[in-house]
Amino acid sequence: MSDDAPGSATGGRVTDFEGAQSSEPFQRLRRRHRSFVFPLGVAFLVWYFAYVLLADYAHDFMATPVFGNVNVGLLFGLGQFVTTFAITTWYVSFAGRRLDPTADEIRGELASTGHASRSAR
Amino acid sequence: MIAAAAVETTSVGEPLLNIGIFAGFVAITLVVVLRASRNNKTAADYYAAGRSFTGPQNGTAIAGDYLSAASFLGICGAIAVNGYDGFLYSIGFLVAWLVALLFVAELMRNTGKFTMADVLSFRLKQRPVRLAAATTTLAVCFFYLLAQMAGAGGLVSLLLGIDQAVGQSIVVAVVGALMILYVLVGGMKGTTWVQIIKAALLIAGAFIMTVWVLAIYGFNLSDLLGAAADKGGEAVLSPGLQYGITDLSRLDFVSLALALVLGTAGLPHVLMRFYTVPTAREARRSVVWAIWLIGVFYLFTLVLGYGAGALIGKDTILAAPGGVNSAAPLLAFELGGPILLGLISAVAFATILAVVAGLTITAATSFAHDVYASVVKKGKAEPGTEVRVARITVVVIGLVAIVGGIGVQGQNVAFLVALAFAVAASANLPTILYSLYWKRFTTRGALWSMYGGLGSAVVLIVFSPVVSGAETSIFKDVDFSWFPLSNPGIVSIPLGFVLGFLGTVTSRTLENPAVAAEMEVRSLTGYGAEEATKH
Repeated sequence: MSDDAPGSATGGRVTDFEGAQSSEPFQRLRRRHRSFVFPLGVAFLVWYFAYVLLADYAHDFMATPVFGNVNVGLLFGLGQFVTTFAITTWYVSFAGRRLDPTADEIRGELASTGHASRSAR
Repeated sequence: MIAAAAVETTSVGEPLLNIGIFAGFVAITLVVVLRASRNNKTAADYYAAGRSFTGPQNGTAIAGDYLSAASFLGICGAIAVNGYDGFLYSIGFLVAWLVALLFVAELMRNTGKFTMADVLSFRLKQRPVRLAAATTTLAVCFFYLLAQMAGAGGLVSLLLGIDQAVGQSIVVAVVGALMILYVLVGGMKGTTWVQIIKAALLIAGAFIMTVWVLAIYGFNLSDLLGAAADKGGEAVLSPGLQYGITDLSRLDFVSLALALVLGTAGLPHVLMRFYTVPTAREARRSVVWAIWLIGVFYLFTLVLGYGAGALIGKDTILAAPGGVNSAAPLLAFELGGPILLGLISAVAFATILAVVAGLTITAATSFAHDVYASVVKKGKAEPGTEVRVARITVVVIGLVAIVGGIGVQGQNVAFLVALAFAVAASANLPTILYSLYWKRFTTRGALWSMYGGLGSAVVLIVFSPVVSGAETSIFKDVDFSWFPLSNPGIVSIPLGFVLGFLGTVTSRTLENPAVAAEMEVRSLTGYGAEEATKH
């Protein structure tokens, strides 16, 4: 895409993108993607800012010892690492199971209804 | 006193060994760059490494791009001196990657070609949007570059014992010249290999030191924390030492936290890395690799920072040349003597070199592809000319970075990095998210958001205490500051989003719905995405 008119990357041939966009499989893919990433995005940002605000305004609470010299603040901080790794793993497995197959299907559909101009590798 | 000896050694001791190990790194990477550059033929080769890297390779390179000297030396030092508050930085830098993973990486890869502007201008008016995106790209790269060059000068005084301004300037010029050579010869492919080698060295070095520190404390984290608290006071274990002093400093921390978490997904040199892989799926794998590598590295810095606090002590670190940044090198000396110090110093240099190279190729690509080929030549430039313009731009940017780097010697490095992150979060991220997820988004919204976000971030920084009026300001003797926070994020980031919204809803003209449909379908399915070049 880009240097010249939009759509140039598909070889100047007209692909019915609006048709594809309103098709049922694409709407399903779009819904699945958004209903996964938006709530999860809100959740991790809320959790991150909850942590930031606690570290910023609740020093005594964060300094509460849990075991040995490890306190609540350190556990919360390490908890941010754990949730980041967990969300990453979860998203990858979700995308592999629920998004990629549908995306492949739609892409295959688009390629075969057009002139398959991009099949050359 | 071992610690006192360490100070002496880092300032005057074994600079020849440090230079020798660093020269070894340069020699090895140059060979790799030369070998990698043999296949640089087309623009896709030069800008995007022929899209031939695998996810894990690119993920390692992303970690190499992201873990700058500020991350390594800065965070280790901040934890050693300020304890828990230093740890807060690394959490912001890490969580930020989820924004890139969930919302940006794959969709960008599917719709773009070489630059951030490709995606932003996809369904809007090409020339004004491209120009705005290129402006914010160049601004972010410029501030980031200056910060790295300023950091290079500081490192020199610490690691090579060169204190005079002339000597530091020569080293900055050498760093700049090496960087020009890498990028000119190697293009994106060579630059990526430099990043990969550097990331591997940096993470391996940090890993060895972490195990070493933990071994001293019987692999018991609680004992390590106890030792750090004995030496630096109980306060290092909980938040508040640095940011908890006044209400204003607390608010400043919220502002910083916002800029950190939203800045990463708008950093152009990070976004451009997504184009070096063949598919969106590989882009996803790259981010996953990057998250693991970066996350594990920040866990190492936690141990190293507290280890430096416990084994060397805050006062010795602050008294050493290079101040707070010297914690990691001092710790290396304490653990493994001059050899380990030399290795860690060489890795720190390599880090600056690699990050500077990554920024330079991003800025050059944006100028050649967005400004020259698309705006000046209106998309009718010969492909060969575009790469030639990019190469000339590399040299120009390299020279500007050298001159600027010499000019900013001794300046507040954090100011430049914070500005880069704040500009990225205020000027780039709103438009990226709107254009990927909001059908109605218009050209006016994009322009308002990008120029408004960029302008407000820069203006607020200029009139903040980092520039004038305080002990640590760039201009200590005058005071024209009226914005009380040192990070503009809490104002400029929401402003960027609001301007994008207002610009869109006040637009009378609607954008072409057919192109919007094309963008959405392509972004989610990868249909028609740029493919790897074959050699």
